[in-house]
Amino acid sequence: MSASVIFASLTKSFGLNCQIFFVTLLFALPLGLVIAFGAMSRFAPLRALIKTFVWIIRGTPLMLQVIIIFYGPGLLWDGDLLPRVTAVCMAFVINYACYFSEIYRGGIQSIPRGQYEAGQVLGMTKAQIFFKVTLLQVIKRVIPPMGNEFMTLIKDTALANVIATKEIIMMSKEYATKGLIWPLFSTALFFLLFCGVLTLLFGWLEKKMDYFRV
Amino acid sequence: MPILAVDHINKSFGSTQVLKDISFSLERGKALAIIGSSGSGKTTLLRCLNFLEKPDGGRIAVNGQTLFDAADRAAKSDAEIRKRRLHFGMVFQSFNLFPQYTALENVMLASLLLAKERPDYKQNKRAIQEEIEQRAIELLSRMSLEGRMGHYPHQLSGGQQQRVAIARALALQPDILCFDEPTSALDPELTGEVLKVIRHLAEQHTTMIIVTHEMAFARDVADHVLFMDGGVIVEQGSPTALFENTQNERTRAFLSRFSQND
Repeated sequence: MSASVIFASLTKSFGLNCQIFFVTLLFALPLGLVIAFGAMSRFAPLRALIKTFVWIIRGTPLMLQVIIIFYGPGLLWDGDLLPRVTAVCMAFVINYACYFSEIYRGGIQSIPRGQYEAGQVLGMTKAQIFFKVTLLQVIKRVIPPMGNEFMTLIKDTALANVIATKEIIMMSKEYATKGLIWPLFSTALFFLLFCGVLTLLFGWLEKKMDYFRV
Repeated sequence: MPILAVDHINKSFGSTQVLKDISFSLERGKALAIIGSSGSGKTTLLRCLNFLEKPDGGRIAVNGQTLFDAADRAAKSDAEIRKRRLHFGMVFQSFNLFPQYTALENVMLASLLLAKERPDYKQNKRAIQEEIEQRAIELLSRMSLEGRMGHYPHQLSGGQQQRVAIARALALQPDILCFDEPTSALDPELTGEVLKVIRHLAEQHTTMIIVTHEMAFARDVADHVLFMDGGVIVEQGSPTALFENTQNERTRAFLSRFSQND
């Protein structure tokens, strides 16, 4: 098999890693915000429930969560198995939403109370204070930790191979069993390239927000 | 009729009573200084006037109109509280400027948002916005900040930031302007420029309440002084009566601590 054919198939399977990456972000970014507001709720039982949930999700391996969501329904009540990629995406969305929620919460709670009070004495509504005063400051504060999470996410997509999803690591391991080891090592290049782009993107975003200090 | 009448205000945080039966009034165009050591309740009193804290008892009226009455249990809508707040302007100890806006934008923001509630906003959008901008420019010029309008807060000194904050509070044309220790967060060499602006406002008969540790300034600028200790008003009167001729032991003890420092 020629190297170019192998690279083409690796590239194709990396598309699946990218797909998991983008689907996770699409759902986990807003879901994380909902969880963050739940964790900051004035209603204590809801707060306790959310915090317990976040503890369980952050306290157990993502790989295990993927396995449970994929095999769980079949083992527990003879349910139908979800399509592999769907199961992976569900586990990733839940897991990353919990991490994002903590980043959001940290960002929101780091805004000094004086900012809210200044808005209040100027007769602003709660919505105006959120959108016109605090939101941009929160965004500026969460960009660096978000950059970290995005990088971890693209590398975590490799965990999908635990339920035989044909992402890039799975694919290259198939070559390894046929006696070709270099494709497995070469997958590093794909992740490096992806993270390089992320680094540039977040560097640009941070620069965009550089005109003010929080 | 006084512009502000505060009657029997009480406020507790948990089991600590920080304001005990506070009553005073203020005439239009006068400056009131509130002095007292830290923890005497001065800041809490100012925060009650601005609805940042809710008193447990008492009544607050502006221009004869009751803004707050603890006996009136009816829940107030957010919109109502917002409207009542606008009688008061507030200048904070730590400025609390919005970091992502320039000095000019900081002064304009609240006016622009309020203007959107005007029924004629859609037709006269341009004119209204221009008028608000003109007013903001004029206010910043009065604060001697002509050259700083496009600067962001972090590009300004503490004294400049506080002057922007004063302009921002004035932009909404409050009946009463409140200052919560406006120079306490400033380096000593920067307090002068802020005090000068406040003095100027007093000369133009802006109705003001100033919580301050600057005794000399209070004596100079205020028409009326209120000395608080342990959540009560110990003594109130003209600056001369308080600073020079006080018969009260507690007032004398407090003031002597300051003269020792001078």
